[in-house]
Amino acid sequence: MEDILRIGGREIKNRLFIGTGKFSSYNVMKLALEASNAEIVTVALRRVDEASKTENILDYIPKRCILAANTSGARNADEAVRIARLAKAAGCGNWVKIEVIQDNKYLLPDNLETVKATETLAKEGFIVLPYMSPDLSMARRLVDAGAAAVMPLGSPIGSNRGFKTRELVEILISEIKIPVIVDAGLGAPSSACECMEAGCAAVLVNTAIAIAEDPVVMAKAFSDAVKAGRMAYVSGIPRSEKNARASSPLTGFLRNE
Amino acid sequence: MVIKINGRAESVEKSSTIIELVSKRGLSAEKIVIEHNLRIVPTEEWSGIALKENDNIEIVSFVGGG
Repeated sequence: MEDILRIGGREIKNRLFIGTGKFSSYNVMKLALEASNAEIVTVALRRVDEASKTENILDYIPKRCILAANTSGARNADEAVRIARLAKAAGCGNWVKIEVIQDNKYLLPDNLETVKATETLAKEGFIVLPYMSPDLSMARRLVDAGAAAVMPLGSPIGSNRGFKTRELVEILISEIKIPVIVDAGLGAPSSACECMEAGCAAVLVNTAIAIAEDPVVMAKAFSDAVKAGRMAYVSGIPRSEKNARASSPLTGFLRNE
Repeated sequence: MVIKINGRAESVEKSSTIIELVSKRGLSAEKIVIEHNLRIVPTEEWSGIALKENDNIEIVSFVGGG
């Protein structure tokens, strides 16, 4: 049976979501997106810089991808809502990753403002994916506010520190009925695999792919790791034991007893 | 007259329209969104809106982001 992730009425096969920041060029980004076969791709919205009349990033994102605009730069719910509406008008569709951040050192999200923005945008028909600190009460509020998934951080954005929030995220996975997607901080495919083995519905990776020496091969590596982790989770990972359990039969030994 | 474009005060000809502003800057319509005094303006309205003193214009487009 095919293993499908359902979000916002869409059927998603690839559980690796990719962010498009920090790539050395749009071409490299395009090749990485193709190599990974990613279906969900995030972009950001910024003031047009007059000096640089650059190309349109959307031309470099495969047409099959679902775009989710992030609201990076928003410091409160109102700003996030404003950015989401602009992104929709710019042709991004109605998927939005809410990111409300006031803390510049750790880039940790403001969960309360995130809930407010989620409520407003979900009512307007957006498919809302809120970036959050893994907190069960807030995750429940996000569900009530109409979020399509919750996206707890693995570790601070761009830190490449891995799945440091595992125990808290596991609580969300066990208690929250909507998909739990780890976003941020996953620095290596092994971390992405770990998230999937723990039962996450998907992961979102940007920095670790974009700044790798070979982003195209790294994108494929992440994609394979996510698949492996998911397959392991679905197959039922055996629990760990304190003592050894022989894998070979314990009878028929070649000895005189 | 002076209006604010992307947070910076700039001098433009009196009653310029949004479409004049866009073409003067060499921007292509399909990759940008315009917000006029906090209201998103659909492309088809760009030629019909004459700007006034102290108006606030935001011109935004997509960039890479995670």
